[in-house]
Amino acid sequence: MSAKRIDPARDVARTATAEPVTITVDGESVTGVRGQSIAGVVMAAGGSASTGGALRRTAGAGSPRGVFCGIGVCFDCLVTVDGVRDVRACQRRAVEGAVVTTQAEGLPTRVERGEGEHRA
Amino acid sequence: MPVTPLQRHTADVVVVGAGIVGAAVARALVVGGARVVVVDRREAAGGTSGSGEGNLLVSDKGPGPELAMAQRAVQLWPALTAELHDELRTGLPGGFPDLELEPKGGLVVATTAAGASALRAFAAAQRPAGVRATELDASGARALEPGLTPDVALAVHYPDDAQVQPVVATEALLASARRRGAVVLTGAEVTGPLSLRRGSSGTRLAGVRTTRGEVAADAVVVAAGPWSGEVSALLGAPLPVLPRRGVILVTTRQPHQVFRKVYDADYVGAVGSGDADLQTSTVVESTASGTILIGSSRERVGFDAALRVEVLRRLAAGALTLFPGLAGVPVMRSYGGFRPYVPDHLPVAGPDPRLPGLWHATGHEGAGIGLAPATGELVADLLLGRPPALDAAAFSAARPSLAAHLVGAAA
Repeated sequence: MSAKRIDPARDVARTATAEPVTITVDGESVTGVRGQSIAGVVMAAGGSASTGGALRRTAGAGSPRGVFCGIGVCFDCLVTVDGVRDVRACQRRAVEGAVVTTQAEGLPTRVERGEGEHRA
Repeated sequence: MPVTPLQRHTADVVVVGAGIVGAAVARALVVGGARVVVVDRREAAGGTSGSGEGNLLVSDKGPGPELAMAQRAVQLWPALTAELHDELRTGLPGGFPDLELEPKGGLVVATTAAGASALRAFAAAQRPAGVRATELDASGARALEPGLTPDVALAVHYPDDAQVQPVVATEALLASARRRGAVVLTGAEVTGPLSLRRGSSGTRLAGVRTTRGEVAADAVVVAAGPWSGEVSALLGAPLPVLPRRGVILVTTRQPHQVFRKVYDADYVGAVGSGDADLQTSTVVESTASGTILIGSSRERVGFDAALRVEVLRRLAAGALTLFPGLAGVPVMRSYGGFRPYVPDHLPVAGPDPRLPGLWHATGHEGAGIGLAPATGELVADLLLGRPPALDAAAFSAARPSLAAHLVGAAA
């Protein structure tokens, strides 16, 4: 879903009367403005959302991450949307009722030499 | 007076190239007591070392000198990593980044009967040379890699294959060398030789001129990867090194599902081939940060770095033949680089037979990351007059298999 595909005359983000859009993030309802990206809705909700405005946490230190590049290049804002993982929150427009869950898999565990050394 | 005065450095050895091979050579030399200057026209690990996967493979090498070098490297890496960790612990707040040396092992997979018999024969030839290689059937292979295709005709597990983060490793080797007195000049492009006349018998190389000044040295080690051909020509004795392009796909971070270096048995043939046309052979592995790297491609297109979608498409399709579960996993980027290709597919490490003072450390193609410590050790052994741990003649620029490609070789 690219911003370029939206006719500016019909861009709902710029209408005089903002229509609300409500999504859930990790089960909590978050309301933004129709036309915002998922990242925009989560950021605008800020501290009121259970994630504190973060879109995910880092695998190593568990630090909160928000939007870094905001233009779909850095892949730092990946979330799961309606069961599909690795969606860039900055590129996906929020749709009423979308179910967003944050992703938090850990780092790979090291595979040590010699593991699995057995004959078939 | 010039605005930026050019410096003049004097050293025992000047190393051209701050990639992992140049860094390993430089560190081995300073550890041995030599004064070393490293020059690079760009930055450390800015060429081939920063555009690969970080392979340390014994699995893809048949008996011979390159396997011996890989086995030596397998011995050297763990101690080297520990030494670097200890030395550099205090250099940066929080310590130096981890080299991510991971002895994860390799799993080579044949999906056809023909591939299986070739793989079985290859592994059988490797074992007498000391390679640990265990045959597995489909269920044995999938016990190690549950995501693997069920269509496994034969797999061979190589526990000694490993992975290392090439850029961190290069920077660590250079940082260690600097702590021991080496000087590293980045943004210093070699523009020509410093030559010494030797009576009627010709000239001897006595250093290099660079865009940041002259470096006088008793020996010049060209470790410029695929650019070694150009640099050695500039210094007066061209080495036949050509660039061979390779491209890698990077997925988004995934739940851990590829545990080893897993590659198609046809990879060995692709590595050993000299074909200029595009070849792809599937290699799939996880990085320490959780992304999955998908290779590998080889093509001789000069230094043309243009993105070719056909290459990406073939890499992606290949990955799905080994790991069907990767379908739908997003590829977030691709990157590519140039491997230093020598016609007889062997690294060149040692003195040039045509020009006294000129040394080479290049030609590792896709294996240079893993082979770097053994190459550094070999060059340092020879330069410092120590008995080498490896058969130096096999890596000499004067070896018979390179003679036909060497311009101006002594008769």
